[in-house]
Parts: sequence; C-alpha cells; structure tokens
Amino acid sequence: MANTFTPLPDQPPPPSSVGAIAWMRAHLFSSWVNSALTVLALYFLAATLPGLIDWLFISANWVGDNKDACVSGGACWAFVAKRFEIFIYGFYPLDQVWRINLIFVGLLVLTAPLFLKSFAYKLYLAGFILFVFPVIAFFLMSGGVFGLVHVETAKWGGFTLTLLLAAVGCVGALPLGILLALGRRATGMPVVKSLCVMFIELWRGVPLITVLFMSSVMLPLFLPEGVSFDKLLRALIGITLFQSAYMAEVVRGGLQAIPKGQYEAADALGLGYWRKYGLIILPQALKIVIPGIVNTFIELFKDTTLVTIVGLLELLGMVKSALGDPAWPDVSKEGYVFAAFMFWIFCFGMSRYSLWLERRLHTGHKR
Amino acid sequence: MADTPTVSSQPAKPKLTRDPRFRALVFQVLALIAVAAFFIYIVHNTLLNMEQRGISTGFAFLDRPSGFAILQSLIPYSESSTYGRTFVVGLLNTILVSVLGIIFATLVGFLVGVMRLSRNWLISKLAMVYIELFRNIPLLLQIVFWYFAVAFNLPAPRQSLAFGDLVFLNNRGMYVPAPVVGEGFWMTGVALVVAIVAVVLLVRWARRRFETTGKTFHTVYAALAIVVGLPLLVFFATGAPLHWDVPALKGFNFRGGLTVIPELFALTLALTIYTAAFIAETVRSGIQSVSHGQTEAASALGLSHARTLRLVVIPQAMRVIIPPLTSQYLNLTKNSSLAVAIGYPDLVAVFAGTTLNQTGQAVEIIAITMAVYLTLSLAISLLMNWYNAKMALRER
Repeated sequence: MANTFTPLPDQPPPPSSVGAIAWMRAHLFSSWVNSALTVLALYFLAATLPGLIDWLFISANWVGDNKDACVSGGACWAFVAKRFEIFIYGFYPLDQVWRINLIFVGLLVLTAPLFLKSFAYKLYLAGFILFVFPVIAFFLMSGGVFGLVHVETAKWGGFTLTLLLAAVGCVGALPLGILLALGRRATGMPVVKSLCVMFIELWRGVPLITVLFMSSVMLPLFLPEGVSFDKLLRALIGITLFQSAYMAEVVRGGLQAIPKGQYEAADALGLGYWRKYGLIILPQALKIVIPGIVNTFIELFKDTTLVTIVGLLELLGMVKSALGDPAWPDVSKEGYVFAAFMFWIFCFGMSRYSLWLERRLHTGHKR
Repeated sequence: MADTPTVSSQPAKPKLTRDPRFRALVFQVLALIAVAAFFIYIVHNTLLNMEQRGISTGFAFLDRPSGFAILQSLIPYSESSTYGRTFVVGLLNTILVSVLGIIFATLVGFLVGVMRLSRNWLISKLAMVYIELFRNIPLLLQIVFWYFAVAFNLPAPRQSLAFGDLVFLNNRGMYVPAPVVGEGFWMTGVALVVAIVAVVLLVRWARRRFETTGKTFHTVYAALAIVVGLPLLVFFATGAPLHWDVPALKGFNFRGGLTVIPELFALTLALTIYTAAFIAETVRSGIQSVSHGQTEAASALGLSHARTLRLVVIPQAMRVIIPPLTSQYLNLTKNSSLAVAIGYPDLVAVFAGTTLNQTGQAVEIIAITMAVYLTLSLAISLLMNWYNAKMALRER
C-alpha cells in the first residue's frame, strides 16, 4: 500500500496576528515610544477635531440675509451662500452669466474625451482646447461680437478670473518655456544660449509680486504714448513670462534625461532640427517631466491670488472685499475658509491627476 | 563615341544656406538685433514718457526725506529719515522675516518629514494631512487668514492668551521676555568663544586619534558639555549678570519684554507652515532615497540605531535633501515679499510700495528691488552650494 501524502489542513493564524488588534499592535503600539506617540496624537485629535467639526458643520448657519441669522456660534455659511455668485463670477452682469457657464460646460465636455482610453483624436482635441478654445472663450467672455453685450475686463472677477489667469498662464508659459529650454541647450549658439540663461535666471530670482508691480507701473512707461494695455492683460503678461522661466527649467530637466543615442538616431535619420525635437526628443522629454509641469501649474494656480495686490479681484480678492460689508461683520474666518477650500480642491485634484497621468503614460521603460 | 559623363573631382559645394554654422551665425545675429531693437524701443519710449510726465531720473531721491513712519524698524528711523534709510529698514525687515522663517520652517519641516515616515500609522497620517492641506492652499491666503482672521480676533491685552506667564499673545502682538545684559556679561561671551575653540580642537584631536588608532571618542557629549558647561560656570561665577525683562500687564497694554508685531507674527507663522510642508516632502524623499541595504549593512557592522542614523543614513539623505532645500529657502525669501498684503514693512511694502508712490520713480525703484532679491537669492545659493559641496559624495 502506497503511502500517500495528505497534508494536514492549515492551522488558522494565531489570533494575535490577524484582525484589528494585531493591526493596532503593529501600527500603533509596536513599542513604548510608538504607544506614547499614539496616545499623544489621539489626545491632539480629541482636543481639536470635535470643536472643529462642530464649528464647521453641526452648529453652523447655512441660510440668512445678514449676520443676525448667525447666532448659534458655529460658522456663518449664510454669508458665503449669500455672496456665492459674486465669489464665482465677480462683477459680471448676472443676466450674462450664462456665457461663463457655457465656457465652463464647454471645457468640461471637451476635456472629458481626453480621459477615455479609446478616443483616437486626443492630439487634435488637445490642440483645439489649448489654442482655439481660448479664443472662442475670450470672445464669449468679452462680447461685443455676434450681438453679445460687451463686458469690460474690469468686471471680470472671482473664481472665473482665477481660472482664466491660471489657464492663460499655463497655455502661454508651456510653449514659451519649451522654446527657452531649447535655447538654453542650443550648443554652437552662445548668444542665444546666454540670452535664454539671462532671461530664466532673472525671472526666477525675483518674487512674482515685483514682476506684477513692474507690469502695473513700468509697462505703461515702456509703451509709446497713447497705447495702453488693459490691467488684466498686463498682469497676464507678467504671470506668463514669470512662469515660463520656471517651465523652461522643468523642460530642461526632461531634455537632459534623454539619452544621447536618441539625438544621434534622429540625426542619423537625417531629420532637421525641428522635426528631431518635435517628433523624437520633446515627446519623450515632456512625458518624463509631467509631474514637474503639473507642479508648475499648481504653483501658478496658487500664485494667481497675487493679482489682488495690484487690484484685480480674483477669488481671494473678492472674498476680502466682501468682508468689508457692514451687514456681515466678523465673518473673515468663514470667507477665508471657503476660499481655501476652493483652492485646495483644485490644487489637490491637479496633483492627483498628475500622479494618475504619470502612471498612465508609463510606457514601460522600467527594467 | 559615347559621351563620357564629366565627373568633377570636387564634391558639389553645399549651398551656404544649408551650412549649420552659417545658419547658427545668421540666427544669432538676428536674435541679437531683435533684442537690441526691443530694448532701444523700450528705453526710447520710457525716456519720452518720463519727460512728458515730469518724472525725474537718477538716484538723487535716495537722499530726500521720506516723511512717513514705519511700523517696525531694526535701526533708528523717523519721518525725517531719507528714502535711502527707508530702503535699509525695509531690507533689514525682509532679512529678519526670512531668517526667522527659514529657521522655523526647517525645524517644523524636518519634524513633519520624519513623522511622515514613522511606523506609527496615526503619526504618519497626521503628517500627511498636514502636508496635503497646507501646500495646496495659496500662501497669500494663509497669510491673510493668520492676520485678518486669527491675529485680529485674538483677545484684547487684558484677556491675553498666556503661556506660562512668560509669553503673551493678544491682538496687539506677541510679547516675549527680553534679555537684559548686566555688568560682566562679556566674560560669559568670552567663555563661549573659548569653549567653541576648545571644541574645534577636541574634534580635530578625536578625528586624528580615530584615524590612527581606530578608537572612537564621545565627541558629541564632550563638546556639548564644554559648550554649555564652561559659559554656564563663568556665568554663575560672575554672579549671573543677565536677567529677563518679562512683559507684564500695566494699564491697557503690556510693558517690557520684546514685542512681536501682529504683522510679523502672522507672516512668520504663514511662511513657516507653508514652507515646512514642502520641506517635509523633501526630507521624506531624501530619507527614502537611502537604500535599505545601507541600514542593514550598518546593523551588520554592529552600529547602534542612533549611530546608523547619524553616520550612515543622514549623511546620504542630506545629499538628496540639500539642493531642493536650497530652492525652498529661496522661495521663502522671495515669498516674504507677500508681506505687502498685510502691511508688514518689508522691502516691497516700504520701498516698492510707499516710496514708489511718493516719488514716482518706478524704473529706479523696481530695478533696485529686483537687484536686491537677485542678490539675496545668489547669496543663499552660494552658501547652500558651499554646504552642498562639503557634503557631496567624495569618490576616491
């Protein structure tokens, strides 16, 4: 009779190594130092969290026409609700707001296919969104054509302006940054190279606020008499030039990471300069530096708040000016928390998107 | 007889326009002309504009009296001081807030960065929440929040928040004890200098002994004992000639001590919290970049946990940390210019703001301001690059 090997049934793991208790033992109480830290952290949470949640939600006031409605001691969200439209659209005439909404919806509808894997015309669509859509959006916002009422830029404000500044900054800074990065790496052209280096280092060395000051007080001096730029346009120029310097450094990093063989292969194929970079080098380089590019976009998005200092009322500026309303005294915390929440959602969303994109575009150079 | 094709012995000369060197030359000349034309155009317009608006040029305005007061100045300053002095006051205030910010942000950043890597789940998640929360909210928003929503709404002096009866926080600022130096305190200072020299000699001796005999010496403890012990001994031997001027509530406000104005308090707090979130990520990536094999090798050699950290992990992590840390210091210095939003009298607020409005000399003032920031950036870069070179991997 042949001995057949029959394994015994698996024993269950010891109860101390599975389940919540084991998890806690491993992650919270692995040593006496860790236990002490855990207790300390729990104490900190217990001291802050209940009060915060109570203020934010439980005893908060959500509706009302003035400060008298806020009596329960919590946050006065009624203020934000009452001012919501102005925070989002600025002083844009309320009967024309549909134009802004149309742009938002249009952008959403246009960007949605970019997330689909099976959509084949991504490149064309992206090009359309980046270069054609802004023109349409501008005419829609500004009006004066096709029977639309003209709305001057002084009335643009709130979150719309924040998004506009960020979008134009991104669209302008990326190509300019790429050109600067290429110029900085142009061997055999010392003059072009040093011009680019000077441009990049100059902009990176100064704070954005001085650039904005410069665009608001010095740009008018630079222009011939009688020519004056819109305040918004001046700020846009300042922001775009400033961010393009940062973008250039990000792109340069990507260009440096492309192995020499790729350049040589392109040369061997007889490609000219622009085709070499446009078809071989840049697609690879830009893919590598996507996190850096998105980081620069996030920085740009946060930096748009600075235009309040030169008198353009984007979201933060709008909130700040609404705080001066005598009908709503002492609501500064609520106003700033709301603005912070809006910025946080967008910046955090962008950083997560960048992570996702990085993983998606990872076309297998890992060994 | 068939025609024999004539073959020239010389290869066909390529067209000049296909020669890359020639094209590079043409392109550069064009670029130079374009840039020069651009600047000539701008300068021409600017001169014309300034002439028409009656704006004088030159730096003579720096000697004229300013006629405005400044909230906080590290050097004596009054309304009759010159614009030149205004500039210095602003510059010193910028440097003050930058140095304070850099010190605090480094401390908090390293702490949070290490917390993020803690094996304690709760601590690590708390650090993550801190990082993700604060680095995704614009700095300007944080500054105005701490100033308008928090510092403004602090209780009045009588109901100040007190920290152990030494530090008081109210809506007029933060009051901290100020050191008052008495007679004979210089001897303690001398003792400190002597102690530092002694430590330097000790470290050299210890290193030489280690290199020749391989015996280690408890340099850190000995150095600490000397640096702290010797001045302390002298301090008490000379009769403790230093006392603290503790702020105390007199009448409607606090008297004595050092006053940190709310503007400085809010700005430093915001700069610290914001920059620390970025430094924390830098620190984390630095520590994670040290491969686990290094730690294992160290423990295989029998090094204790503390020595592993000090001799193996941290030196290698620092190489990864220093360059991005330098950028964060540069950013913090540049970001201190947001002081203008809450009226802290930094360089941008008093010079590129008030002075520019009063004199109208935009070109000179913006140029000076930008030059100052470029110089500060360069100085920080040089300092950190020197440190980086010291810490860099020395391959033999």
